[in-house]
Formats: sequence, structure tokens, C-alpha cells
Amino acid sequence: MTAVRCIDLCKTYRQGDQDIKALDHVSLEINAGSFLCLSAPSGGGKTTLLNAIGGLDAPDSGEVWIAGRRIDHLKKSELAQLRLMQIGFVFQAYNLIPVLTARENVEFVMQVQGLSAAERVRRSSAILDEVGLSGLENRRPAEMSGGQQQRVAVARAIVSHPALVLADEPTANLDSRSSDELLRVFVELNRKYDTTFVIATHDQRVMGYARRVIKMLDGRIVDDIEQHAD
Amino acid sequence: MNVTVLLAWRNLWRHPRRTWLTLGAMVFSNVLLVFMISLQFGMYRLMIENTLLTFTGHLQVQAEGYNDNKKMRQIVPDIQALSTRLREKLTLNTVSPRAMAFVLASSKDRTYGIQVLGVDPEHEPLVSSIPGLVEDGRYLQASDTAEVFIGRVLARNLRINVGDELTLLGSGRDGSLAAAVVVVAGIFESGVTDLDRSIAEIPLTFFQDTFFMRGAGHQIVITTPDLSLVNKTVAAVDSILPKDEGLVTLDWNVLQPGLKQAIQADISSAFFMYGVLVVLVAFSVLNTQLMSVLERTHEFGIVMALGISPGHLGRLVMLETAMMGTIGLFAGAFLGGLVTLWFSYNGFSYPGMEDMAANFNLPSRFYPQVTVLAMFLGPLVVFLFTVLSALYPALRLNWLHPVAAMRAA
Ligand SMILES: Nc1ncnc2c1ncn2[C@@H]1O[C@H](COP(=O)(O)OP(=O)(O)OP(=O)(O)O)[C@@H](O)[C@H]1O
Ligand SMILES: [Mg+2]
Repeated sequence: MTAVRCIDLCKTYRQGDQDIKALDHVSLEINAGSFLCLSAPSGGGKTTLLNAIGGLDAPDSGEVWIAGRRIDHLKKSELAQLRLMQIGFVFQAYNLIPVLTARENVEFVMQVQGLSAAERVRRSSAILDEVGLSGLENRRPAEMSGGQQQRVAVARAIVSHPALVLADEPTANLDSRSSDELLRVFVELNRKYDTTFVIATHDQRVMGYARRVIKMLDGRIVDDIEQHAD
Repeated sequence: MNVTVLLAWRNLWRHPRRTWLTLGAMVFSNVLLVFMISLQFGMYRLMIENTLLTFTGHLQVQAEGYNDNKKMRQIVPDIQALSTRLREKLTLNTVSPRAMAFVLASSKDRTYGIQVLGVDPEHEPLVSSIPGLVEDGRYLQASDTAEVFIGRVLARNLRINVGDELTLLGSGRDGSLAAAVVVVAGIFESGVTDLDRSIAEIPLTFFQDTFFMRGAGHQIVITTPDLSLVNKTVAAVDSILPKDEGLVTLDWNVLQPGLKQAIQADISSAFFMYGVLVVLVAFSVLNTQLMSVLERTHEFGIVMALGISPGHLGRLVMLETAMMGTIGLFAGAFLGGLVTLWFSYNGFSYPGMEDMAANFNLPSRFYPQVTVLAMFLGPLVVFLFTVLSALYPALRLNWLHPVAAMRAA
């Protein structure tokens, strides 16, 4: 089963009087259950590609398919609904709503998804436990370390079991120990729920966890490596 | 627990000082509004009551056309009997017949043109405060004696006193000459110069004899226990009146058009001021909510990326504003009510109030009343505008692009 399919994606940004090709004819297929790392130096086009896959930003040309459905032409509201129900996101930092506790952050999205209060409590406890945060449910983001905050973000992304999780440099603000903890959570969830993970990073260590690494440079895919994860 | 409601509440207190300042502006203007409106409503009520209960009454029965052009022959026939019937059917004792003529009043030395009223000495004190304002002598007693009750200014002008004689000269119902000599029984002082200078009351039966009225009069004056009952009473009276005699029932609006106009003019100038106040508060809320939305751009970008719609976030902003508005509403109404309550015991006056007071026979120290309407009218309008002013920051979220928003610091 194909989780994500990109066909000939192009995206050009104008900076001053210069055209920057953030995506330059990118074609890509990602199988369901993959644990994939998107690696590129800064400015290589990782974020642009993730945004296109997640329906956050439309490419100039090309097609994006998620779980067999073409999404690059969908309306804003349809895309929002798609992201809400089928895709989990983890960003680099400041993922959480600062005035809500860990549990409330997770519950907020579930509430918008339409889950009952009882279901929200049940699932948020379970998932926070799963990412190793039991006991910290009632802390606010400011009362947690960067790694703990990122794990809350992961818990929130995964709590409704989306088929696809997109993470954009989730470890960029973490020290190596926290990074490892976070990545082990990713691996664990990937194994347990067969969730597809696409992680953009330029962190060598992250690539070690991936089973497939796609290298980009200046908006082009320059390498595509299958590997055995450590 | 609804997380959206929780979130709205916590967001409100992210910057407690800012919220308190905005709330402060809201509460302050609400207190001001409650107090001013209470004062105004109370003053109007007093203006109306004092003016009407002095002389005009809440409603009157007259011949059609009499009110515009007071002609002697536009009469209410058999006025005593009709008054009695109204008293019985309305089960209201405050019904009093009057007849009215313009005459020349002459004392030994002087002559003045005045309005002479034939009144029922038994019922007139129930509809008018004038009989109770005796300064000298006493009010009229029997219905057929040749006595007169006059204002202090008129007495001074004519240089007469209680016990002196006064000659009245006018024309009767049929146009023929009518004349009488009456003795001053009492002198009143109402404080309303117009009344004190130009009114003389004589017993109705004596009036009818003098002016050849043949049992007729010109007005039946009725007062109701409360201003709010006027409309109902007008309808009741209409249904009792004989259908073929051309009689009409007029309420105080028609009888005293100046009163309502004065009130309306005062209302529009006051409400213009209130409007300015409300708009200022609305702008302060707009400013606060705009700031609070702008500083959350990154956060909104993240949750929009998660798939939460701008509409949901807009409702969140509206909810925050409505919460703030609700606190302002009740705090303002409550404190405003307290302030008004304090003044309702201790009284209130401000420079310039004496003029208005003098014109409408009001006391110069005023005691406002606490009413639910006055407590909530202003604060509710403020609440409405508060919520309206959050529409702009809320709707702006529709143009927020998650990727651009997340790039914001
Ligand atoms: N909104 C934008 N306006 C102009 N140029 C942009 C915009 N977004 C991205 N770019 C440019 O497109 C190119 C690719 O950017 P992108 O953010 O995808 O790279 P990245 O691999 O995610 O880099 P980083 O590791 O720094 O996050 C860069 O040259 C960037 O400057
Ligand atoms: Mg990036």
C-alpha cells in the first residue's frame, strides 16, 4: 500500500529578483508503515516538501496523493479536515499551546475531532503513558523540558492513530539524549501501529533510526537509500 | 470539561494586567451608564409625575377638538353624571370634572386676564396637587358658593387677600355676557409661575350657573395609580364614553406635548454621550483582542496546521471576548447598582440641574432609583459592542495562512 505519492512536484519562491527552486521535479513514493528520513542541508527543500505532502502549502505543479486520494487541488477546509483526521504533525519547537497542560493539549485536538470527554480522558492517559510522560499530565509546557514537550507533541500527533505522521526537524532543539528518547518513541509507535513516519532532518543521528533515507539538495532528490535501522 | 471553553478562559488571563485594564474601562463605563441612566429615568418619571399630578392629570375626557382650540361651546354634557359613572366603572376615585373659561378678573385696583376653572371641590384634590398647596385661607368647600382659590402671584398682582372680593367678567357658553363676584377663600403657591399667575378655581356648580353651562363642563381629569396604567385606562374610558357625543380620551402625551419633547431632546443628547462612551470601550476591546490575536500568530499557525479551522479559532476569540464582556456586564451592573443605591439614599445634584428642575417643578436634589432596566440597559449595549468589536480580529483569522503564521516568531 502506498501512503504518500508525489509526482513531479515543483515549487519556486521569489526572493528579490532571484527564483529559488524549493522543489525541482520531485517524484516520490512512500509505502505505508515506512519510517523515512528526509535529509538535506538547510534550504534544501525539506520543509517545502513536507508542507506539500501535508497539504499545508500547494505546489506550483505536480500531484500529491495521500492514501490513494489526490489532495493538491482540495479546498482549504477539505485540507484542514484531512490534516485533522488523517495526518499527525510534529514541528521543530513551540508545538504546544502554552496555557494548556500536557493532557489538555492532547485533548484539545481530540475535542475538535469530535471525541467524547470520556474517550478523550482514556486516550490521552494511555498515549501520554506510552510516550513516557505519565505523572506529567498536568504540567504546562513551560514546566517541561524541550524533550518532554516534543513527546507531548508526538502524543498529540498520534493519539487518534493517523496513518501518517510528518515531523519537521523534531529534534533540532533537543540534546542528544532527548533526541534519542524521542526517536525511540517514534520507532516504537511505528512498530506498534504501523504508522508511516516521514521525518525531515539534517541531524545525522536521526538518520540512523530510519529504514529509508532520502537525500535532497536544492529542491532535488539526489539519493534514496534503503537501510536496516540500528 | 470542554477544552475550548477552558482554553478561552486561560487565554483571557495570559496577560492579567491587560485584561484587568480592559475590564476596568468596561466596568467604569458600565457603572457610569447605570448611574446616569438611573438618574435620567428617575428624573423623567418625576418630571412627568410632578407636571401631570399638579394639574393636567394622566388623561382627560374632552369634546373632540377642544384641546387644540379651547372654545366654550365644545363641551362635555352632563359632566357630573359622566364623572360619577367613570368613577364607578373604572373603580377609580381619581376622576374630577372641570369647566374652563378665559375671563377678566378685577380687584379694586387692577384687572388681569386669567383662566378660571370650575372644579368639583370634593374630587379635585384627588387629581391635582394645587388644592393641597394652600398658603393662606383654605381650599374651596361647597360646590355652589361664590368663592375663589387663586395663585400667590395673581393675588399679589391684583393686590388682594383672603376675604377680598374679585369680579370675573367673561362670556358664557352661548356667547352672552357672564359676570360674577367671588370671595377669595384661599391662596396657593405651586412654584410653577404660570399656574401661580393665571389660574383661579371656583366651584363647578357655581361656574355652570355663571357661565350658562347647563350642567356641562370641558374636561374630566383622571389620574391612574401608576404611569404604566395610562394606556389601559384610556382604552377603558373610551369604552365607557357615550358614542354619539363627540367625546375623546386624550393621554398626557397629547395634553402636554412639550413634556415628551423635552424628555426626547434630553434623551437624544444623553444617548449621544453614552454612544461615545460605548464606542470608546469597544475600541479598547478591539485593541486588546487584536493584540492578543497577533501575539498568538505562531500558536494559531501550529493548530491550524493540525487541521483546526480558522472558524474554530475565531469562535475561540469570540468566546474569550464574550467571557470578558460578561464579567464587565455583571460587575458593571452590580457596582453601578450599588453606586445608584448609595445616591438613592443620599441624593444627587449637579450644576445646571436646578434649571431643569425649576422648569418642571422638581426638587433640586435628586434621589435616583435602582431599577433592573437601568442597571442592565447600558451594560448590555456595552456587551453587545464588545462582542461586535471582536468580530474583526476573529474574522481576520480566515486570511491567516498556517505556514506563514508558523514562521512568525
Ligand atoms: N516563504 C518563502 N519565501 C521565499 N523563499 C522561501 C520560502 N520558503 C522557503 N523558501 C526558500 O525555499 C528554499 C527551501 O526552503 P525549505 O524551508 O524547504 O528548506 P529546508 O530544507 O526546510 O531548510 P531548513 O533546514 O533551513 O529548514 C530555501 O532556499 C528557502 O529560502
Ligand atoms: Mg525546514
